[in-house]
Amino acid sequence: MLDFPRWKVWLTMLSLLAGLVFAIPTFLPERLFNQLPSALQVRVNLGLDLSGGSHILLEASTADVAKGKLENMEEQVRTELRRSDPKIAIGDISRRDGKLSFMVRNATQVDAAVERIRPLTQGAGMTGQRDFTVEVVNSSTIVITPTQAGIDNAVDQAMDVAKEVIDRRINEMGTREPTIIRQGANRIVVQVPGLQDPAALKNLLGQTAKLEFKLVDYAADPAELAQGRAPVGSEILPYPDNPSGSPVIAVKRQTMVSGEDLIDAQQGFDQQNNQPVVNIRFNGSGGRKFGRVTTENVNRPFAIILDGKVLSAPNINEPILGGSAQISGNFTVESANQLAIALRSGKLPVALTVVEERTVGPDLGADSIRKGVIAAGIATVAVLAFMLVTYGRFGVYANLSLAANIILIIAIMAVFNATLTLPGIAGFVLTIGAAVDANVLINERIREEQRRGRPIIQTIETGYKEASRAIFDANITNVIAAALMFYFGSGPIKGFAVVLTIGIVTSVFTAVTLSRLMVSRWLQTRPTELVI
Amino acid sequence: MRLLKLVPDATNVEFSRWRHLAMGISVLLIIASIALVAVRGLNLGVDFVGGQMVRVTFVQPVEVDELRGTVSSLGLGDPSIQQFGSPRDVSIRMPLPEGGDGAADAAANKLKQAIKAQHPDASFGSVDTVSGKVSKELFRTGAISMSLAMLAISIYIWFRFEWQFGIGALFALVHDVALTFGFFALTQLEFDLNSVAAILTIIGYSLNDTIVVYDRIRENLRKYRKMEIIPLLDLSVNETLSRTIMTSLSMIVALAALLLWGPEVIFGFTAAMLLGIFVGTYSSIYMAAPILIWLKVGPHSFIAKESAVARGAERMGPVDGAQP
Repeated sequence: MLDFPRWKVWLTMLSLLAGLVFAIPTFLPERLFNQLPSALQVRVNLGLDLSGGSHILLEASTADVAKGKLENMEEQVRTELRRSDPKIAIGDISRRDGKLSFMVRNATQVDAAVERIRPLTQGAGMTGQRDFTVEVVNSSTIVITPTQAGIDNAVDQAMDVAKEVIDRRINEMGTREPTIIRQGANRIVVQVPGLQDPAALKNLLGQTAKLEFKLVDYAADPAELAQGRAPVGSEILPYPDNPSGSPVIAVKRQTMVSGEDLIDAQQGFDQQNNQPVVNIRFNGSGGRKFGRVTTENVNRPFAIILDGKVLSAPNINEPILGGSAQISGNFTVESANQLAIALRSGKLPVALTVVEERTVGPDLGADSIRKGVIAAGIATVAVLAFMLVTYGRFGVYANLSLAANIILIIAIMAVFNATLTLPGIAGFVLTIGAAVDANVLINERIREEQRRGRPIIQTIETGYKEASRAIFDANITNVIAAALMFYFGSGPIKGFAVVLTIGIVTSVFTAVTLSRLMVSRWLQTRPTELVI
Repeated sequence: MRLLKLVPDATNVEFSRWRHLAMGISVLLIIASIALVAVRGLNLGVDFVGGQMVRVTFVQPVEVDELRGTVSSLGLGDPSIQQFGSPRDVSIRMPLPEGGDGAADAAANKLKQAIKAQHPDASFGSVDTVSGKVSKELFRTGAISMSLAMLAISIYIWFRFEWQFGIGALFALVHDVALTFGFFALTQLEFDLNSVAAILTIIGYSLNDTIVVYDRIRENLRKYRKMEIIPLLDLSVNETLSRTIMTSLSMIVALAALLLWGPEVIFGFTAAMLLGIFVGTYSSIYMAAPILIWLKVGPHSFIAKESAVARGAERMGPVDGAQP
């Protein structure tokens, strides 16, 4: 058991060497680090609690996605049945209980209607399920129900798009190295190192940036509007900055142009009153549409609507044909700039709300690192000294394997690009404790066997063998705890679990394999006395 | 060179003699802990109840009462103000205001300005805002991971040893976790996600200790089949005593360094772990081992299994001529 085959010796040495090579880059200054070959540009990341910065957890409402999907389907059904091949007349479409249901006026057309609606549904997921089911009830009513798979699929796609949009918006802000990851079904984590005041970022991410231009229904009766009744073909929208004092305004339902037709948006200033505005430019078809509608409606007002609220309702003084326009509203330079960024990066497919936010100042982070490193250093030195005075030569072996352990943990964390958090540092200290325990178990067992008065080699061999069993069992239980922490835990706990798991593996390797290798080297010198 | 030996070779403490007393004290402590948690409650952080927490560091130690006056006058709900780690580090917790993100930011800014006005040199370490929804989830997943960890580990021990050992380990764990909760209720240290990590670590450590003792008991049960269970447990605990003390001391040294010189932010975490080391070590000796007596563990617990499974599997201890 104590003779090591040559390949095992080499493998052990090789892994230590690799550990050293991958551990060093973490401690190099930025300039040297960047000169390394790319395979060696690995280092341990610092968590936001150490580096300072903002962590924001955004959540999308699945109900909103489902609602949007249903509305979209309603629109498609209407368009499809209205087409004249042949046209199928239907009653009002109800959206109650999250399903669409409507009567087909001519009962003989029910089957034809179903035939034409079916192709509108799409595959959802791998199972071959469709995103809607289409059924006929009471022989003339068609019910279209979204399937769970269809909704899940829609949420998934919406979140993918949302992630891209967020990515673009944050990049436009000029923020460095943001981390944007999807979490669970309907959440996105945004982490921005170094960001101190996340208010601007949250404002930017909080707006859906759905931009619409609609004509104002100037014929609507203000008294009716106050009661919440809109004329046919119009809708009532909030208008917080309405110069007339009314908090609402009636606009035509039909959209003139929307944000989808934009190709650019920039913050600028109004030439007359020098107020901050957003200058936008439409693409070809958007520009043509805008030109046509403004030509037809000279001297009438139109509304600029952002996320369902009217920003302003300027008068069309002359046809706007150049394909560009100006969004005025009660802007500051900053809010105009934010809107420009949001418009440039596209609208979010779903509204996001901040459900968790953690911001750590740079001083606290730096302070934590400094104190954490000092404490870990003191702890290590104290433990090393303790081992040395207790076990002598075997203490040296234990300490060498402890040092190798630390190097390996850093190397593995660097290779996996793992993040070191504050609890991670505590996990580090704990791992040192666990590694010490393995060495203690072995050395105490050797002492015990020595008392039984057996030859040196047999004493050591039994010591290792007997201790290994307890070490193994104890570490498995720790792995179980760490795995559960990793699976269920969030943020800080995960960071702790990562260090703990890596540390358990490396500490078994260093305490059992490496220290045994060193002891076996020593035994080859044929020692006559065992002092432990 | 003379090496340090913390436990003399011939140590033979009759641990079992005090087992009834120890068990009584343990049960009392568990009840007291549960009562403390029930009466005083845990000082749950924003991670678990939602709300906003601002950490402030002052240059001079600051009077909590004076600060409370300042914060209360802002009308931001009922604030909870607490020092952590040092008298210069204070955490202020407030309920989350109605009205979404904007309102939360406004509240935090109002608080910062009010403090800056009185203590221009104060620096704001971190701001955590957790919505009620997320905090409920964190609470649930925290509770699940703790219970699952205890259960999974006990099942593992049942597989590796015998069912009696699994139950013994579970009891020791319940003891350790209950006492740690009691500690948090008593000190009113903030109970947050880090505390859950601390408890999970204590579970891991306590188990580590229990396993080392159990491993020796199993070995001795096979070795000395005729020995009475009580002296056998004492022998096993004594044989592993020097290891127990060495490891616990190393851990205590490491954690004490973290407690004294480490970052204030993890003060509660380290304090709980330090307590956990004591409790975990104690429970391995006085909870996990004596339970085996009551569950009637004896050499027979293993013999049946050995004849059923292949004889002399590597589990067997070494053939040993020397008598203890």
